[in-house]
Amino acid sequence: MNEYTDKIQEIASRWQNKRGSLIMILHDLQEEFGYIERKAALEVARITRIPLAKIYEVVTFYHYFKLSPPAKYVISVCKGTACYLKGACRVAGEIKKILGVEEGAPTPDGLFMLRTVRCLGCCGLAPVVDINGRIFSRVDVKNIRDIIAEYRRKR
Amino acid sequence: MNIDYVKVSLSSCGIAAGADKVYACWEDMLRRYSLKVELKKTGCLGFCYAEPLIEVKGKGLGPVFYGKVMPQDVEEIVGRHLLKGEIVERLLYRLRFDNLFHNDEVWLDKVIFVKDTSGSIKAKEKLAGILKESGYDDWQVIEPADMGIYDKGIVVDIPQKDIVYVCLDDNDLEEIPSLLVSPSPERRFPVFSPHQKRIVLRHCGVINPESIDDYLNAGGYKALEKALSMNREDIIKELAEAGLRGRGGGGFITARKWEIASQTEANQRYIVCNADEGDPGAYMDRSILEGDPHSVIEGMLVAGLAVGADKGFFYIRAEYPLAIERVRKAIEEAYRCGYLGKNIRGSGFSFDIEVRLGAGAFVCGEETALIASLEGGRGLPRPRPPYPSIKGLWGKPTVINNVETLANVAAIIDRGGRWFASFGTSDSRGTKVFALTGKVRNSGLIEVEMGISLEEIIFDIGGGTLSGRRVKAVQTGGPSGGVIPAEKLKIKVDYQSLKDFGSIIGSGGMIVMDEDDCMVDIAKFYLGFCIDESCGKCAPCRIGGWQLYHILEKITQGRGREEDIDKMIRIAYAMQKASLCGLGQTAPNPVISTLKYFREEYQEHILNKRCPSLRCNDLVTYVIKEEKCRRCGVCQKTCPAEAIAGDKERGFYIEADKCVKCGRCIEVCKFKAIERR
Repeated sequence: MNEYTDKIQEIASRWQNKRGSLIMILHDLQEEFGYIERKAALEVARITRIPLAKIYEVVTFYHYFKLSPPAKYVISVCKGTACYLKGACRVAGEIKKILGVEEGAPTPDGLFMLRTVRCLGCCGLAPVVDINGRIFSRVDVKNIRDIIAEYRRKR
Repeated sequence: MNIDYVKVSLSSCGIAAGADKVYACWEDMLRRYSLKVELKKTGCLGFCYAEPLIEVKGKGLGPVFYGKVMPQDVEEIVGRHLLKGEIVERLLYRLRFDNLFHNDEVWLDKVIFVKDTSGSIKAKEKLAGILKESGYDDWQVIEPADMGIYDKGIVVDIPQKDIVYVCLDDNDLEEIPSLLVSPSPERRFPVFSPHQKRIVLRHCGVINPESIDDYLNAGGYKALEKALSMNREDIIKELAEAGLRGRGGGGFITARKWEIASQTEANQRYIVCNADEGDPGAYMDRSILEGDPHSVIEGMLVAGLAVGADKGFFYIRAEYPLAIERVRKAIEEAYRCGYLGKNIRGSGFSFDIEVRLGAGAFVCGEETALIASLEGGRGLPRPRPPYPSIKGLWGKPTVINNVETLANVAAIIDRGGRWFASFGTSDSRGTKVFALTGKVRNSGLIEVEMGISLEEIIFDIGGGTLSGRRVKAVQTGGPSGGVIPAEKLKIKVDYQSLKDFGSIIGSGGMIVMDEDDCMVDIAKFYLGFCIDESCGKCAPCRIGGWQLYHILEKITQGRGREEDIDKMIRIAYAMQKASLCGLGQTAPNPVISTLKYFREEYQEHILNKRCPSLRCNDLVTYVIKEEKCRRCGVCQKTCPAEAIAGDKERGFYIEADKCVKCGRCIEVCKFKAIERR
């Protein structure tokens, strides 16, 4: 537990003297722990004296911040305009079928989670899918199966 | 063979296409063959369709570009090009652009490129034969995989003479030998000159974005040195002469923004680089930050100098990890070399830059919302005036410029405002970067002079549609923009012309749509985006957007009513007039412009319950065509909804009320007997 609060203390002190840095603290927290846990938010409130309500106001406003732990592999299907036109919805539908879960819910083994994002900026290679920061280009309903299978083998 | 360098383009899109593996393979090969060749990482040249892209420059030969290079191709390039000086035709891409800052193209070798871009005439054999007969057999005839010019007959490209002939026919080839001897070849045939002119992207794909030395060698920070010797008013005057307008979408005159901020009394001023590129389907800013971060930093420094600010912020989308990494590295290096920090280059001018990240809120691209986010809160916009140039970050005068705008600044100071103003049209000076995507053959990042026509962009640069189907419309400006129908593609691309036709230049997204795309569906897509991204502060945007979306949804599901069109126009008008910020005011634009040009498509959905593009699933029926069906029964076994009735004896048919329109049957039918209607 101490290690945990130390880490949060360390993150908060990185931004101590910088004005308006709450969002950056939250970014660092999410980078470290994968999501913004309630006890982490409480700790940040205690250290920075930013009211907890304000922290939650910010966390819930921005799509990027997560309040629950993500799966091991987060599959983000890009639904920017170029990807949308080139069949991103079909790819997302196929992933749902493969994983057997809806968007935003982790698979029972905690391995995968599907979400959609608005534009990863790789429109020239649409449609694209991002899995934990690695971008796969020109994805279709056929090759997505192999991509997921490969991650499943890796576990 | 003397090789100057090999460049591998390593930006997000290149890496997505596998460029990192190709780079590793090059390292390996150069080691294995013990070749002392400089291997360079660069940013993106913008030719995304050709990624992974390699550039090989030998003495007097090139640069030569190889596209869609896979790791297994590297050894062939090493063996043939690096060791023997032969060009590998099957991977060769001729890229067409005019970089106004770098041009190290030198062709000493007698090389001639030829390709029949519209038919299948074996132009290469023919030309080689002609050259041989006329005694020019020392010329090497090469047929590239991609000529960079499309549907223009036979194209003959003579790099040594710096001329490209287009629209030639079989007989014209006979005259080529006579053109090889003349010191300045005749313009006997139509000649092609590149449509792309590069100012903003001058260093992208040319230098290593992670090396400040590379930037300095390319003339980087020269503009800053020059600006340091100028007084504040003169810097702004130079920019005013250039006529640079904001490239983020607003199109506000940059010099004016700077002037207002510099004239507002304050003890502190700020410069903010808006890199919260949220327009879905666009990535100009990402490419600039990944390919040439120092030019943006230099632009911010010049802005700081002109305005009297000593602090700058980058506000970058969190979804762009590579851009963030490269900007951070560039800032670090600039500090190390004394281009940032206290007393820069001994001038007494100090400037600090900090990186702040967005967190996935489109509205934060709006400048007052961006300020709220930089201050650490929710990204809620506030009414303007006061404008941020007067009262911005923490109440201080703040200049907020978009990435592309700032990337122009150093070029303007370096070459002068008058030089910059010589490009473009009277109200839109310079160039504009666009992300050309969608159904176009060559999707990628392009930079063109303002005033070019949409037609030239889509057909000459983009090569038309990939499918060969007719272009239906072009969408510009993303969720705040509109569509331009195919009949109007002759219009010029500048701030005013696009506005007159109900769209905007916006930040630079340009999405080509073909006949398979439904305009009602597109409008619904953008509205869906806007209701997700509306911050909820003001009612017109929050409620109006929601209502519009649901009417559009009803129409695409076949439940639309005739009066819905008028209702949408009324809601759209209210949103435009009463919303607080740009997001809400422009959110109905996709609906208004699709209604303006494609009203009959809406009516077809509403009155006849039909989607002409077969895009809206609820209005499509699946039918088995009896004449094509071989009664194999595979579709029946595959159908998850058990909607296919019948048997091998009597034939099969689809029961419409059971069909879930998943499309599985079409996928499995080998005889293409199932059709969507």
